[in-house]
Amino acid sequence: MNTKTMMMGAALGALMTAGAAVAPAQAQDSIYFANNAYRTGPFSGSGIPIGDGMRDYIAMINARDGGVNGVKIIYEECETGYDTKKSIECYEQAKSKNTVLYSPWSTGATLAAIPRAHIDKIPILSMAYGLSASADGTNFPWVFIPPLTYWDGASGMVRHMANELGGMDKLKGKKLGLIHLDAPFGKEPIPVLENLAKKYGFEVKLYPVAAADMQNQGSLWLSIRRDRPDFLYNQGWGAMNPTAVKEAIKNNFPISKLVGVWWAGGDDDARAGGPEAKGYKSLNFNAAGTNFPVIQDIIKHVVDKGNSLSPKDKVGENLYNRGVYNSMLVVEAIRTAQKLTGKKVITGEDMRRGLESLNVDEARLKEIGMEGFATPTKISCTDHSGHSKMYVAEWDGTKWTKKSDWIEPLKDEVRPLIEAAAKDYAEKNTGWPKRSEACEKSS
Amino acid sequence: MFYREAGQYKSTYSADMAVFPLKQDRIGIAVILLLAFVGVPLIGNDFFTTTVMIPFLVFSLAAIGLNILTGYTGLISLGTAAFMGVGAYACYKMTTLFPGVNIIVLILLSGLFSAAIGVLFGLPSLRIKGFYLAVATLAAQFFLQWAFVRVPWLFNYNASGAIEVPLRTVFGVPVTGATATPETRYFVCLCLVVVLTWFASNIVHGRLGRSWMAVRDMDIAAELMGIKLLNAKLTAFAVSSFFCGVAGAMMIFLWYGGGEAADVFNIRLSFNILFMVIIGGLGSLIGSFFGAAFIASLPTILKFGLPAIGIPLAGATAEHVTFMLVGALIIVFLIVEPHGLARLWQIGKQKLRTWPFPY
Amino acid sequence: MTDIAARPAPRLFANPWIKAALITAAIVLAAIVGARLDGSGTLYKIVIDPFQQMVSAPDLLAQTIWEGLVSGVLYALIALGFVLIFKASGVFNFAQGIMVVFSALTLVGLYEMGVPAFLAVILTLGVMFLLAVTIERVVLRPLVNQPDIILFMATFGITYFLIGFGESVFGGNPKRMITEQLYLPSGSIDLKILGGLVSLQKIDIAAAIIASIMIAALGLFFQYTRIGRALRAVADSHKAALSVGISLNQIWVIVWFTAGIVALITGIMWGARSDVSFALEIVALKALPVLILGGFTSIPGAIIGGLIIGIGEKMGEFYWGPLIGGGIESWLAYFIALGFLLFRPQGLFGDKIIERI
Repeated sequence: MNTKTMMMGAALGALMTAGAAVAPAQAQDSIYFANNAYRTGPFSGSGIPIGDGMRDYIAMINARDGGVNGVKIIYEECETGYDTKKSIECYEQAKSKNTVLYSPWSTGATLAAIPRAHIDKIPILSMAYGLSASADGTNFPWVFIPPLTYWDGASGMVRHMANELGGMDKLKGKKLGLIHLDAPFGKEPIPVLENLAKKYGFEVKLYPVAAADMQNQGSLWLSIRRDRPDFLYNQGWGAMNPTAVKEAIKNNFPISKLVGVWWAGGDDDARAGGPEAKGYKSLNFNAAGTNFPVIQDIIKHVVDKGNSLSPKDKVGENLYNRGVYNSMLVVEAIRTAQKLTGKKVITGEDMRRGLESLNVDEARLKEIGMEGFATPTKISCTDHSGHSKMYVAEWDGTKWTKKSDWIEPLKDEVRPLIEAAAKDYAEKNTGWPKRSEACEKSS
Repeated sequence: MFYREAGQYKSTYSADMAVFPLKQDRIGIAVILLLAFVGVPLIGNDFFTTTVMIPFLVFSLAAIGLNILTGYTGLISLGTAAFMGVGAYACYKMTTLFPGVNIIVLILLSGLFSAAIGVLFGLPSLRIKGFYLAVATLAAQFFLQWAFVRVPWLFNYNASGAIEVPLRTVFGVPVTGATATPETRYFVCLCLVVVLTWFASNIVHGRLGRSWMAVRDMDIAAELMGIKLLNAKLTAFAVSSFFCGVAGAMMIFLWYGGGEAADVFNIRLSFNILFMVIIGGLGSLIGSFFGAAFIASLPTILKFGLPAIGIPLAGATAEHVTFMLVGALIIVFLIVEPHGLARLWQIGKQKLRTWPFPY
Repeated sequence: MTDIAARPAPRLFANPWIKAALITAAIVLAAIVGARLDGSGTLYKIVIDPFQQMVSAPDLLAQTIWEGLVSGVLYALIALGFVLIFKASGVFNFAQGIMVVFSALTLVGLYEMGVPAFLAVILTLGVMFLLAVTIERVVLRPLVNQPDIILFMATFGITYFLIGFGESVFGGNPKRMITEQLYLPSGSIDLKILGGLVSLQKIDIAAAIIASIMIAALGLFFQYTRIGRALRAVADSHKAALSVGISLNQIWVIVWFTAGIVALITGIMWGARSDVSFALEIVALKALPVLILGGFTSIPGAIIGGLIIGIGEKMGEFYWGPLIGGGIESWLAYFIALGFLLFRPQGLFGDKIIERI
């Protein structure tokens, strides 16, 4: 114990107090939006392009339009490393800074935040991830999951199978393998797939991948070789995806029969397989590439000015564009909320109303330079997802291309399941608050 | 000058064996408790309470649990997180099976399940020692974590495998569930930690604790002195796992509030708790608190504190710097004081005793 | 001074191997009898069906064993790094996993900056050497003579530091290993044998060959060079080594550097199988059961342990995993190791633990 340690102790003490005093830092004429990101850790490969896309779109709106209706958006990233503990810290920080929206960016973080958000009145936007049941607005007034849920994705996969085989009736006797991360995220599609399997007479085989074995899938692929499934659906994330692509090639599994969920559609995921990965498929709901006015604007206003964290050649990659799409939903929701309330600076509660009335139609997509980039999405009071359309993208060796038409999810199959699951959730969480928020008249 | 034992005479054996024999210590502990019960809720905001204080308490309890095993009995375990998980899942199952029972009782009871599993996985310790045992306890870690995902009964066949924390009240005040305020949760944690620490302190200063320490210092010698190794080691596993189990139940029910529980109790958490024990000081209860503050709270405080005092760090860079800083600090602390922060505390007290005339 | 370990034991069970064999035989016998009597067929699925599968599809069996062999070799490589350091300095080096990632990242990162592949390898080796020197100076030297657990803790500090440092220099996004540039083969050899197809990846074959060469080289290095002799002396006794004039500091730098080389090779091999990213660090945990199985102090132990664990877990996962929901690979290795450990508490080839009073 000498002076040095004493001083260190004093410095730590000072930090402690500083940590206690994270003060709300909201200017009067701006909207604060906290976004979780994971640029570190085992899932950073997927997290970095998404974070870049989200950041750049907001930066572009601020630079080009001076914000939304003249109100600048203060965008702040909170690093989670895809770790639930850190994401809870990020949630608390976002809350203390009066964020209008919490964007959890991991299914684990979403699950942990859902109960809190209902009390703290902070809307959660989990874009096509998170708890599928939260698409039920009656039980989850504060959670939004546009444009699709994982259950929609699973039904889309079944439809894709049927399209390839030539009709839903051809599904009988086929075998679908599901490679999934052994965590809530990975397990999400199982109930829907099993339900549809019963209905259409195909078989579902599960291939769980423990988080520790993401890059060590040897025996799993041997089982796949033994079972010879007709199609494989990969509900994977992070380092698991490139490994799956490589293993598929290695094990002579026809790569065109391997379809990833939209999160398994990173450019790096497919690139890992080299030229043989050509034909790898992934569900998708946004277009890849830079050939859209909105991406051009981002390049012009953000990337070329050196304000982007992303290298220029990564702009327009699939996951980058997905980040852009997510930020677009945020900005459009803010705009809708401003219109509904007549206020310029909105609060979290206004944001919830905005999200609930969100309606990005074909005309609006064109206005914001996203024609052909995505399909229209409409959220309503009861339907917090929209169950929009998806398509199957194919890796052509260098980039993702649109392989199929827009596929609609089997909404009739999925929706009852969602409502049942939402009711179940509310019952199990005894004391789950009944929805007290009124629906908008327009929706 | 202020911290001296001179003049404080003990007239009974029980007074001599008291946990805090010195008047100054008693005053000190009273001040700390007062600060914890009154000061923190008064000055801290919700952010501070939920992200710094509650995790600190939960980890302290887990670290005390592991310290009983590693610090007092000399058995290294890397399965701590899994034992915490057993507590969490046991508590979850009990809340659904016995919805009427007081949640605090359930949290304490869930420790017993954890203790039972701990004894089971403690059996190899009779034959395996040192780092070999550490790696062997990893079997518990990976097996239990696998079970948390693969045994649907444990999470009530929830489709996504998540745990839901229901609303439970104590005397009409919501303690768990979404409506429980951070202050309430903090108070419950604090009470549990204070009571259990007192309990632990009595165990380790008593007959059982002394037999553990004998086993730690040399098990063969302890055996020759008539201490039953089987009993000593297995009770250490049981008591340690009990504490960890309660900490795990607290973690999910009072801190996380449900969600993806299986992934929370991963190997990293096991390592982190071991490091809390080592950094804090092996075989020291107060060290467990220091260790928890260092390993669990420091990264959080650095991450959110540095920007707050005007060092502009954001996103990934902050994370990298935090990692490097914590790594460097661990090494620095080990070099400065390999016996842990608890030893620094003792040295500090020694200095106080002689201050202001050290010669 | 009584040697407790030399207590007489009952005669039949004197040899732990005989004991193990007898117990195994009893279990197998009971299981087969049980399977005959069991009505529901559960025991049949556990005891008989997997073996029938093995016989009916020998190509898959061969493929499983091959996969096991390859991952065994890779586990052994990571374990080797642990053993080297543990032998010479008694440090249980938790940072070995991150050293694998760090070296591979350095290699790929340098290549991305435009350094030719082989120059990048040399530069990476230079970086690993610098790392070894720094660790020795900053961490090991001030902590000399501390208890094992403190040194173990210090390596965790190194891990944290390297994670932060590596990510801030090279970024966190996964990178492709530069296999072609290093003239490592790709593609596979498909053998049409055993009534099916057994495909052997060329990179896996290369991994096995490189690993064998490296292990042989290390063996020769330890056996026949001056430094190797000094290393063995240090492993036997620090004090005795010091007293005959061996510089501990120098030896430590050398072992940490050697572990760094092993880490680089491991990183290249694992990176070629998937990607170079920080997720690889988790794979290093797989080396721990290998270590306890083989013994912390034995190089042959690491290799044989690796092979047992590799083949054991692949066979277990493939043939028995589906019975209980799959994904058992994550813990099976530990249970295999634990099983061995109950008979030999110091691992298969570890130094016998002799306790005295």
